[in-house]
Amino acid sequence: MRLPRLPIDREVRDRIDRVELPWNEYGIDPYGIAKEALAQYHTAMKFFFRHYFSVESHGLENVPERGRCMLVGNHSGGFALDGMMVIESMFFDMEPPRVAQAMAEKFLNKVPFASQISSRLGNLTGLPEHAERLLSEERMLMVFPEGTRGTAKLFKERYSLVQFGTGFMRLAMKMKTPVIPFAFMGGGEAVPTISNAVSIGKLIGVPYIPITPWLFALPIPAKLEVEYSEPMFFEGNGNEDDDVIGDNVAQVKDRIATLIEKNRRRRKGLPALPEASK
Amino acid sequence: MKVLVPGIAGRLGRMLAESLIAKGHDVIGIDRRPFRDAPEGVEMHEVDIRKRAAEDVFRRVRPEAVIHMATVTHLMQQSEDQYRINLGGTRAVFEHSASYGVEHVVFVGRHTYYGAAADSPLFHIEDEPPIGLGSFPELADLVAADLYAGSAIWRYPSFTTSVLRMVYTLGPTGHGTFATFLRGARVPTILGYDPLFHFMHEEDVVAALATTLATRPRGVFNVAGPQPVPLSVVIRETGRSNVPIPGPIFATALGRFGLPKLSRGALDHIRYPVTVDGSAFVKATKFAYAVDEKQAMREYRDAFPRPSGAG
Repeated sequence: MRLPRLPIDREVRDRIDRVELPWNEYGIDPYGIAKEALAQYHTAMKFFFRHYFSVESHGLENVPERGRCMLVGNHSGGFALDGMMVIESMFFDMEPPRVAQAMAEKFLNKVPFASQISSRLGNLTGLPEHAERLLSEERMLMVFPEGTRGTAKLFKERYSLVQFGTGFMRLAMKMKTPVIPFAFMGGGEAVPTISNAVSIGKLIGVPYIPITPWLFALPIPAKLEVEYSEPMFFEGNGNEDDDVIGDNVAQVKDRIATLIEKNRRRRKGLPALPEASK
Repeated sequence: MKVLVPGIAGRLGRMLAESLIAKGHDVIGIDRRPFRDAPEGVEMHEVDIRKRAAEDVFRRVRPEAVIHMATVTHLMQQSEDQYRINLGGTRAVFEHSASYGVEHVVFVGRHTYYGAAADSPLFHIEDEPPIGLGSFPELADLVAADLYAGSAIWRYPSFTTSVLRMVYTLGPTGHGTFATFLRGARVPTILGYDPLFHFMHEEDVVAALATTLATRPRGVFNVAGPQPVPLSVVIRETGRSNVPIPGPIFATALGRFGLPKLSRGALDHIRYPVTVDGSAFVKATKFAYAVDEKQAMREYRDAFPRPSGAG
């Protein structure tokens, strides 16, 4: 099925050609990522990334130019707007551009079009097998360890962190992969959720529907920012006891919480906290 | 080497026979179908593998190797009777092989063993269990035959068993489930889904079987060629038209309007991908494919141009 086509933006075309993925002659990689689909998608997203949200990327020097890595950050804002913008940030602001691959929620693959689109863009179903395989092929994964608990945060909870899953840490340790913690700022302001409609969501096959003051989760043009911090390495094989894993997860969570707090104060115009506040 | 091939009378069987004869092997074929214009030098026995006469062939010929191809395809609708061939035939092949001193049995299975589902991973490895049997009972027989063949690895230590799970075949003979699915001018897809399809050229299938015969790897192996390709690209590159049909009305539309007839359970196989990791086979046998996905699609299109008159 051919989706409607946009004329490809020149900058997008240039960056797509510099993406380092093993394309075949049809511009498709072994996982089904399609160059054309990426070009269409980024052309459509460019307006939102550059103008609507005017997303700023900080700390890009901390993100490896190539090789396996895992971007790990906080969720907020009704649906995965933050994930979408981090993908754009890697595409538009990195040199060379990188394709950040998200691990899609399992329900997504059952939804027509969502299934097709997410697989053409490289957002494979969130299975450990996929994550391991992609890392072993030196790809970049994007992980939100809060999962749907994270996007379900209400406006007033937007900068809180809920429970982190531990799967990402076991994976990072097993696959000897650096974790790049990041803080995503403004997602809760763009989509200020006042309530989540769980039963309506179930009817149409999604976990919940976020409700905003204007009912639908149409994002308003809030200023969005993402800050990447230094890579963290964790020794081990991923089969350690839960408390070892839990300690490592807590380190990542703390780093993200610190980043959020720092950026929050800056956004509010408050003075920065002293560095060694711990 | 004397090689017995149950299920030889298909198009792939003929290619395999020609390749084995060219390598200097003696080829003995068993099939209940007549083997029209069999390659010269093939000793053909037109018997059902499950019948007494087939055992007599084993007893008299005493083959050193058996390549078991008498399994049937599953994406298209089949008659009840054919389902039984997989399991009954596979059992007969292994029992006779044990009784009559065979050294190596190759079971030619299919990658659809793994099943297609929303939550199944890309690039299955051999350790994974089959899924999706509930929605596709026609697949059960093939899965049972595969697992039965796998259990021969420990049940019959007297010979080496290689269980191969081969991806779809695509090439100029038009052999195979996937090639048949693409035969018409219009190929139905499910609106909003575009799964990867994993296929290899028929010459590479034959080469993989010949390599297996030569290297005798013990175990279960996925066999794949080039990388998988989205269904929409296959349809485009083979010169067909993509007819996306909304899922809920898909089952009703099948077999009408010039669309192929599929079993209901097969719908998940055109909604979700079944792709395999063939690296263990490559490591064990040094197999390398010769034909890439582009050439395989082109050769199929040249041999089976889009039927005119329709669409």
